[in-house]
Amino acid sequence: MRSAHMFAPRRVNKNVFQRLIGLNWLIVLMNIMIACAGFAMLYSVAGGDWHPWAQTQAIRFAGALALMLVIAVVDIRYWMAFAYPAWGIGVILLLAVDVIGAVGMGGQRWLDIGFMRIQPSELMKIAVVMALARYFHGRNYHQSRSLKSLIIPAVLILVPVILVVKQPDLGTGVMIVAGGAAVMFLAGLPAWLFVAAFIGIAAAVPVGLHYMHDYQRNRITTFLHPESDPQGAGYQITQSKIALGSGGMTGKGFLEGTQSQLNFLPEMKTDFIFTVLAEEFGLMGAFAVLGLYGIVLTYGLLMGIGCRSQFGRLLSAGLSISLFLYVFINVAMVMGLMPVVGVPLPMISYGGSAMLTWMIAYGLILSVAVHRDVTLAPKGSGLA
Amino acid sequence: MSREGLRYQTFSRRAFLLAGAQGLALATLGSRLYYLAIIEGDQYKLRADKNRISLRWIAPERGEIFDRFGRKLATNRQDFRVFLIPEQAHKVTDTLARLGRIVQLDDRRLARVERQIKRQRKFMPVTVAQGLTWKTFARVNVEMPSLPGVVTDSGLSRYYPDGIDVAHIVGYMASPQEDDMNTSPLYQLPGFKVGRQGLERRYEDQLRGKAGTRRVEVNAVGREIRELPPRQDAVRGENINLALDLDLQKFTMERLGEEAAGAVLVDVQSGDILAMGSSPSFDPNEFTNGISHENWQALLKDPRKPLINKPVAGLYPPGSTFKPIMALAALESGVVKPDTTHYCNGSFQLGSHTFHCWRHRGHGRVNLEQAIQQSCDVYFYKVAADMDIDNIADMARRFGLGAVFDVGVDGEKEGLVPDRDWKHRVMHDQWHLGETLNVSIGQGALLVTPLQLAIMSARIAGGNKVWPSLVRSLDGEPDTNRSFLPLDVNPLHLKVVRRGMEMVMEAGGTAHDWHRPKSAIRQAGKTGSAQIKRITKSERQTGIIKQEDLPWAERDHALFIGYAPADAPEVATGILVQHGAHGGSTAAPIARDMMDKALELKRQREGKPLPITTATAGPVKGTPPPPDPDGEAD
Repeated sequence: MRSAHMFAPRRVNKNVFQRLIGLNWLIVLMNIMIACAGFAMLYSVAGGDWHPWAQTQAIRFAGALALMLVIAVVDIRYWMAFAYPAWGIGVILLLAVDVIGAVGMGGQRWLDIGFMRIQPSELMKIAVVMALARYFHGRNYHQSRSLKSLIIPAVLILVPVILVVKQPDLGTGVMIVAGGAAVMFLAGLPAWLFVAAFIGIAAAVPVGLHYMHDYQRNRITTFLHPESDPQGAGYQITQSKIALGSGGMTGKGFLEGTQSQLNFLPEMKTDFIFTVLAEEFGLMGAFAVLGLYGIVLTYGLLMGIGCRSQFGRLLSAGLSISLFLYVFINVAMVMGLMPVVGVPLPMISYGGSAMLTWMIAYGLILSVAVHRDVTLAPKGSGLA
Repeated sequence: MSREGLRYQTFSRRAFLLAGAQGLALATLGSRLYYLAIIEGDQYKLRADKNRISLRWIAPERGEIFDRFGRKLATNRQDFRVFLIPEQAHKVTDTLARLGRIVQLDDRRLARVERQIKRQRKFMPVTVAQGLTWKTFARVNVEMPSLPGVVTDSGLSRYYPDGIDVAHIVGYMASPQEDDMNTSPLYQLPGFKVGRQGLERRYEDQLRGKAGTRRVEVNAVGREIRELPPRQDAVRGENINLALDLDLQKFTMERLGEEAAGAVLVDVQSGDILAMGSSPSFDPNEFTNGISHENWQALLKDPRKPLINKPVAGLYPPGSTFKPIMALAALESGVVKPDTTHYCNGSFQLGSHTFHCWRHRGHGRVNLEQAIQQSCDVYFYKVAADMDIDNIADMARRFGLGAVFDVGVDGEKEGLVPDRDWKHRVMHDQWHLGETLNVSIGQGALLVTPLQLAIMSARIAGGNKVWPSLVRSLDGEPDTNRSFLPLDVNPLHLKVVRRGMEMVMEAGGTAHDWHRPKSAIRQAGKTGSAQIKRITKSERQTGIIKQEDLPWAERDHALFIGYAPADAPEVATGILVQHGAHGGSTAAPIARDMMDKALELKRQREGKPLPITTATAGPVKGTPPPPDPDGEAD
């Protein structure tokens, strides 16, 4: 039995500078290393040129890194207070995209706010986890186990998911659901519920297939039979596997990947960037990057164990699981283990949205880590 | 335990569970990658190479064709070409329209380009224009930035410096037929051409050479990135050395002029074809870049058939040029002796049928030499009446009629030497004596080519089984030691016939009035007029229409065989002028000039002066006397 003093209120009175020093800089460094692997791959994909992608990505990363550090040192109580509003803002942005998308034709997923484009569905991944962590923070052990605790989380999850899937962006929808489910699981909802849900989803797949868009259905058919479409989507996965397989143990060398340099690979700078890495740096390079992801995300997941507030625990673990899913779906997809669903590899793929999601989420994880000794009241943030 | 403790414990347990699941998921990814890269790695390495390495063909340089003195008849020259790569053009029609302002592109050409674009992959270049002048080519290059997808290059293309003069011999080049596109990888190369006629077609394999290959790295759309060693260079095609003398060939073509005619001049001893003209001609260079529809139609519709290689592919009745053979057959079979005479009163009665002599008042009493000299039909009717057609046919074949010599150009015909067997086999009928009479004056079913006539003439002149040769060698020293066995004919009989042929040129001979050689070298020959239109009885009564008054297509063919010098023959010729009316007036002068020219050139090359014309060869000055109204048949 654990000693009671662990849960006794403890005064935490660090200033911003102290909190910055107190960050886990090794983990920050690992994040930077992942991003650097991304710059290298974008440099390679451009045929050995910082233009047009690597440089842009590096500048974005610099901004995102600053944002992450700011988020990390902001008091966790502010984040708890901001949890529900964040969810609300996210939903409003999704609705805005829906309206603009309807006007601008086609599936528009972003909002142009002048200096950058915001993809609300990305931010929603974080906001849903925050809101759920906030909700379960206020529920004690028994309340959390009660099925009544399903109602509000269901609303918190389903409202944004419906909006996202409507865009249509099934991949992000699935990731929001999975992230939310992870938080509920960690919060203590009965395990049988998740087993039942899993079986239910498995049974619903055939029905879901029926309601899918053609391109979504094609992805699944192609996944099961890549040879059936050697020119279209099957081509992507075939070329992707050739790149991964031909890299061998040590790879063909930086800038020497034939599949990538000669453009046989599809979507190299975005969804399929992992294959460029595996082709040029081989199994060793790919394992190194997967290892970095593994360490960084396992840290986020298990760090919660040492955290005094349920909000912090659920937030860091939930975000870690979300980010892990992000990585896993992408890598499994390029390896032909999953249908091609158009999910980028966060931090490495070219593009600001996924990187921003990662860095904001990781900023929150670091904030949890730095404030792990802060006790939060069950209701409200305890700020006032 | 406190509620907070329970909550914490649940979280911890489940967080570890999820961490384990994460580890499992990562292990799955890792083992998948291990499977792809290590276990299946070799297979994927192979597939990656198959992706990027492409074998490209290198077109070999085509062998050239030379005349006997090494002058180029067919060669390769730098050709400036413009291609379009559809994939790189924003809009193909826009680019073509802009290109059309610099390079002339007619609708047919545009249609062809568009057809080709549809047929092949988008990164494959399509030939838009070729054979451009340097100036146009330079303009295209300057305008290139505003012509997306346009690529220029200079390659080798076929060129015939004296194309019109040698068209029927060398043939021409054209794009491979669409049906053949897959038979050779070279056909896929832009602008690749194959021989379609003449030597170009016959010696396609030797001329073409061997394609080389190079390995290139290509990107996903097939564009070439760089070349990878090793490269296998193309092997140049073999050159062809001809027996032809370009000077004489040009002279022949000039002399044939606008007539529909075929003329062959051979070396009596070696059989070398020194000249082989077919007229009218065409420019084979037009075909290399794709002949225009109008020009092609004009060639097809011309009644003088420019595309037919008349010396080998044109079949004509030999007419009276056959009489020397008839004379030899009669002498050899003992039906006549050299001094046998017959009386000609203008016609010969066989049963109920009357066979007319061309000179209806008759030749009087003539011996064999005179019969040849004056081309007396009745003499040969009378001889033929005592002869077997098979003996005549046998003699004709010994002199090369009915034979395919296979000199190397397309469409050589064997003609027809009729005999009993042929009549029975093909016509399912018996041979009639009347037909023998027709054959005796070179009419009836008998058909020959001008080449056969030239060889016949050479065999009479030389007494050897001379065989014509157009191609002396492929890539190497010509085989000049050709010698032929003597003919199985009594030399005394040959002498009689040759004397008769000499007399043709002398006073009283059918060619005498037109025979005014520039040189003093004596020639021998035989005229012939092959009747196209049967002369009816009523026409004979009312008077035969003059040949000059008949429509062109109904006039007689004019023929002539000859050799020179008469006493020691060096060259022999056979010539046909379609609807030329009279062998003596139309064909003989051309043959005379050709033989003269041949000997003149030969003497020049040997450094010997050519004897200048003296008064011995008959009337020299002034215009020829008007033809005797009766003496115009031949």
